[in-house]
Amino acid sequence: MEKQSLKGWLYLLPAMIFLGVFMVYPLVDVFIYSLEEGFNFVTQTSYGVGLYNYSYVLHNSYFIQAVKNTFLLVIITVPISTGLALLISLGLNSIQKLRDLYQTVFFLPYVTNTLAIGMVFMILFKSTPYSDGMVNMLLNAVGLQSIDFIDGPYWAKMFVLCFYTVWVVLPFKILILTSSLASVNQDYYNAARVDGTGSLRIFTRITLPMISPSLFYLVITGFIGAFKAYSDVVALFGTNLNAAGMNTIVGYVYDMLYSDSGGYPSYASAAALILFVIVLTITCINMLVRKKLVYI
Amino acid sequence: MKVVLKNLTKKFPNRNKKVGGEIIAVNNFNFEIPDGKLIGLLGPSGCGKSTALNLISGLLKPTSGQIFFGDADVTELPPENRGVGLVFQNYALYPHMTVRQNILFPLENLKGDKKLSKEVMEQKMLEAARLVQIDMLLERKPKEMSGGQQQRVAIARALVKRPDVLLLDEPLSNLDARLRLQTREEIRRIQKETGITTIFVTHDQEEAMSISDMIVVMEKGIVRQIGKPQEVYDSPVSLFVAKFLGTPPINVFEGRVKDGYLYLDDQKVLAVKGTKDGDVWVGIRPEGFTLDENGPMICHMNGVEVMGRDVSVVSTHKACVSPVIRSIISAESKVDPASENVRFALKPSKVFLFDKNSEERMEFTL
Repeated sequence: MEKQSLKGWLYLLPAMIFLGVFMVYPLVDVFIYSLEEGFNFVTQTSYGVGLYNYSYVLHNSYFIQAVKNTFLLVIITVPISTGLALLISLGLNSIQKLRDLYQTVFFLPYVTNTLAIGMVFMILFKSTPYSDGMVNMLLNAVGLQSIDFIDGPYWAKMFVLCFYTVWVVLPFKILILTSSLASVNQDYYNAARVDGTGSLRIFTRITLPMISPSLFYLVITGFIGAFKAYSDVVALFGTNLNAAGMNTIVGYVYDMLYSDSGGYPSYASAAALILFVIVLTITCINMLVRKKLVYI
Repeated sequence: MKVVLKNLTKKFPNRNKKVGGEIIAVNNFNFEIPDGKLIGLLGPSGCGKSTALNLISGLLKPTSGQIFFGDADVTELPPENRGVGLVFQNYALYPHMTVRQNILFPLENLKGDKKLSKEVMEQKMLEAARLVQIDMLLERKPKEMSGGQQQRVAIARALVKRPDVLLLDEPLSNLDARLRLQTREEIRRIQKETGITTIFVTHDQEEAMSISDMIVVMEKGIVRQIGKPQEVYDSPVSLFVAKFLGTPPINVFEGRVKDGYLYLDDQKVLAVKGTKDGDVWVGIRPEGFTLDENGPMICHMNGVEVMGRDVSVVSTHKACVSPVIRSIISAESKVDPASENVRFALKPSKVFLFDKNSEERMEFTL
């Protein structure tokens, strides 16, 4: 028995080494960084150990703005994108003709580079003294004032960011949901039809519970993905995010790491750990809710 | 309620687009199912029996023809207005609902005048659950039950609205052999108790024979024979029906009729009057053989299989089309498995002649 388990551990060793070196060690290191006060990157020295870094980050107005942006992004885009994906998947599932074509069209954003899409969005939504984007032209056409979505009021920028995020995450969700819908055994629907079930009731009592595992998977990954948003914001609003007031938590971490004079790895680490705790908490809440809502 | 099918036909476009054309799954069905009977739709896989059932349930629309429940034409009615209960081959129990919720589901769908109070629903649900003897499992989910129990829940769900017609699609094929025997008795009992006209589909002839009041034998979308199980067994109209019914299966020979006698190879085995001379297919039921030292039919002995009450003599004959001849003999008669040959006399009522080309039954007298 002893020998057997030793052998087992031996088989696990390569994976454990990799995980240890590339996952566990950096995590521990980040944790240590976050506790070292006044850490100097060049001299690799610090004054002492304490919670000052956390306190600094939590009182930093840029960080608070970033947290606010991130939460708004999460709360707005996750329900909208999941709901929209469900609607589109239901539609795709109910048509016969041109289904493949539509599926391809909806899937295209998934294989396109986010930065490229961001550029296109920026051009679509921009408004400068010299030229307006397509969206503003449309607004003008119906008699509305141009709005600078890229460098204008906060709500306009937030709108573009949410619009963009929904559009980018939609294909993957549609992909998962269409296959999930297609895998529901047709006999359940036939049984329901013979029993005279109305179509709304079929949807709420049969379809929705049947696809609830994938739906739930999408909500969790959606939450986590939105919390880690960064490249999207950069694509839309450039790298000076704090000035634009559109920073995200990951963006804040990034800025802290690579700002002038070697950056502030301690602040960055503290912010990263705060993000980690937020994501962990939300995921735990999700898991608890899952037990009540998902049948499997 | 009686069910009448009139010229019922269902065609599907051929899946293989290169070939094109249509496949006739149900070809011009004309028969009446009497009120309160248990009917078995029997046929090999792909013969259209499930399609026929789906037409009766209303899940499929016929290409042409009519369906009557009692005197009412239900051809154009959607399934929910026909008053049918349907049990699927895989039961189709909603996996996220308990047994109670599954059985209640059809009742909760009722709207308008038919809407029931909670108490009545509960009572009807309990009634159905008791009928199939699962009232102690109401809080279980389908996956926490055995196949047989799931089957009962499916039947309860189909019965809870008191349908006029109960339809069962291969109800026993997902159960193991032992449970199958038990469940088919159960289906028989439930049908007797409720008196609901019941139609079930099966490819297992033994199952159909054992519990049906009437069987409908199908082949390639065409009804070959309708009748009481014993009648169909004793008097098949064609070689196909004869081969399809009975275990062990009927023994088929190539024979010849000449001057009122049936010849198998060169052996003159039976007097058959009233048929024309020529080549014929000969079907002999396993129980149609009797051991006879002077019997006219001489077969090469292969061995003897003991089955308890009976023994099965396995032999070969030149004229036999089946790989071996199986004949069921009472265990009391002495057979020597080591002997080279075995001689049989034939029971005329267990011997059927079929036309060589059309494979239809040819009557004969002794």
